[in-house]
Amino acid sequence: MDILLQEVGYSYAKDTPFEKRALTDVSLHIPSGSYTAIIGHTGSGKSTVLQHLNALLKPTEGSVMIGERKIEAGVKAKNLRDVRRQVGIVFQFPEQQLFDETVLKDIMFGPLNYGVPEEEASRRAHELVEQLGLPPEVLTKSPFDLSGGQMRRVAIAGVLAMEPDVLVLDEPTAGLDPRGRREIMDLFHRLHIQKGLTTVLVTHSMEDAARYADRVAIMHNGHCVVTGEPEEIFSNEEQLGDYRLEPPRTIRLQRKFEAKAGIKLGAISLTEEALAKNIALALLEGRDSE
Amino acid sequence: MNSNILSFENVTFTYAPEDETVKPAVKDLSFSIQDGEWIALVGHNGSGKSTIAKLMNGLLFPQTGKVSAMGRMMEEESLWDIRSQMGMVFQNPDNQFVGATVQDDVAFALENNGVPHKEMVLRVKEALHQVKMEAYFDHEPHHLSGGQKQRVAIAGALALRPRLLILDEATSMLDPQGRMEVIETIRELRRATGLTVISITHDLEEAAMADRILVMNAGHKQLEGTPEAVFLSGNQLTTMGLDLPFAMRMTHLLREAGVELEAEHMTEDELVDDLWTYYSRK
Repeated sequence: MDILLQEVGYSYAKDTPFEKRALTDVSLHIPSGSYTAIIGHTGSGKSTVLQHLNALLKPTEGSVMIGERKIEAGVKAKNLRDVRRQVGIVFQFPEQQLFDETVLKDIMFGPLNYGVPEEEASRRAHELVEQLGLPPEVLTKSPFDLSGGQMRRVAIAGVLAMEPDVLVLDEPTAGLDPRGRREIMDLFHRLHIQKGLTTVLVTHSMEDAARYADRVAIMHNGHCVVTGEPEEIFSNEEQLGDYRLEPPRTIRLQRKFEAKAGIKLGAISLTEEALAKNIALALLEGRDSE
Repeated sequence: MNSNILSFENVTFTYAPEDETVKPAVKDLSFSIQDGEWIALVGHNGSGKSTIAKLMNGLLFPQTGKVSAMGRMMEEESLWDIRSQMGMVFQNPDNQFVGATVQDDVAFALENNGVPHKEMVLRVKEALHQVKMEAYFDHEPHHLSGGQKQRVAIAGALALRPRLLILDEATSMLDPQGRMEVIETIRELRRATGLTVISITHDLEEAAMADRILVMNAGHKQLEGTPEAVFLSGNQLTTMGLDLPFAMRMTHLLREAGVELEAEHMTEDELVDDLWTYYSRK
């Protein structure tokens, strides 16, 4: 499902003395089946954009197309149920939204609310618990007896149980340990590849954006200033600097090595594995030729 | 005078003491922290780190063992006195805001501690300046972005001028620059005031800046030592769900790719130097 923001403006507390502009003239296309990373400095408007993706916020100017549905400034949007099902958002610290007696009930709550038969909702919960690497015993436990990392997974399962067409992730791994972070990011990537799930990742981590995304959008002072492929976005260090962003660590290290050795590696290294390979190639190839 | 600012002696804590099937969250833990030290407490999710943080400031009391801070044993009578010398910043700033404006929020703990108004105004300004948020003096905390909120929360702790600052995953919500700014701020403060810092973190780059690292695994202390010593036990860390600093990970990946690096490298610059030597030798 495509999402298209057209000249979107948004002001918090509009027409009050507390009015505060968060977005100006944001145009952004999220193509169906893409994995888009939205990056930007703290306060750049990333989270405000995110809330437009399922009409939690409605633009105060411009319009947002969510699939077939058009959300327009100044026009009252009614019956957003479908939109909310189609676009699932994993917010920061989603475990704060857990509430039910058991993990099973908590995961089933959303689907049941949308009229999914009990049997099917339960099947989804069982399947997701396994996919997220949780032991099946957790299903009968209270979500509040789980560790922080497990609670995070249960909350993510609750969003996935709605079988959204678009999955929006707002810093989904903040606070998780390195292994948990990698496992969850790999899971989202797998879902994206296997099911063609359209994925939007809002993140501070240039490393995650470089590793997983196929498109990158940069937010700056409430504007969407650049969109493009990770290779072009992250190899343009000057531009990143203009928006107070740094390139991923792998590219920083690549540049340091290139400067020291006085050579250029063949390709830009978006992942640690790619960087190791590119450096090894330069070092070993050079040696063989002598 | 005791130079230990905080110590745990054989501390065990269980959330459900009556239920024997529930494993203790912290098991027979002993360590001590010197006045002025920077300690990083690392461990996977569920390893007991947050429980330790709560034992440190008397939100929880151990079933067995003893927690002492500022030269006194942690108990009901000493609790408030000890706490007044501790600043604590948690992971999620949304859960710790009380003030209607940024300055009110930073002033909150000062007011609670009976700091005179004039002094209070001064300290609030200073603390906000230290975290580079002075421009947001009259803003509503809830309208700030996550990273900005966390800097305000840190200012709230700094305004108390604590002897000990405990950061419980406090930089995990910040962007890389924000994180570096905050860490740099805390470093400067520590130089200027001799502040003791305990940072509970998953961020190995942040842990690498500490004087000493304690590694927790499933409720007990698995490793303790300088960052160099701890990171050299590489595989042990990764099997515990932790990670190595970037430069060390790259060193390992380069070896796998056939580049015969001999030494381990903690920093990018060391690694680049070694690679260059390798390159110029060929």
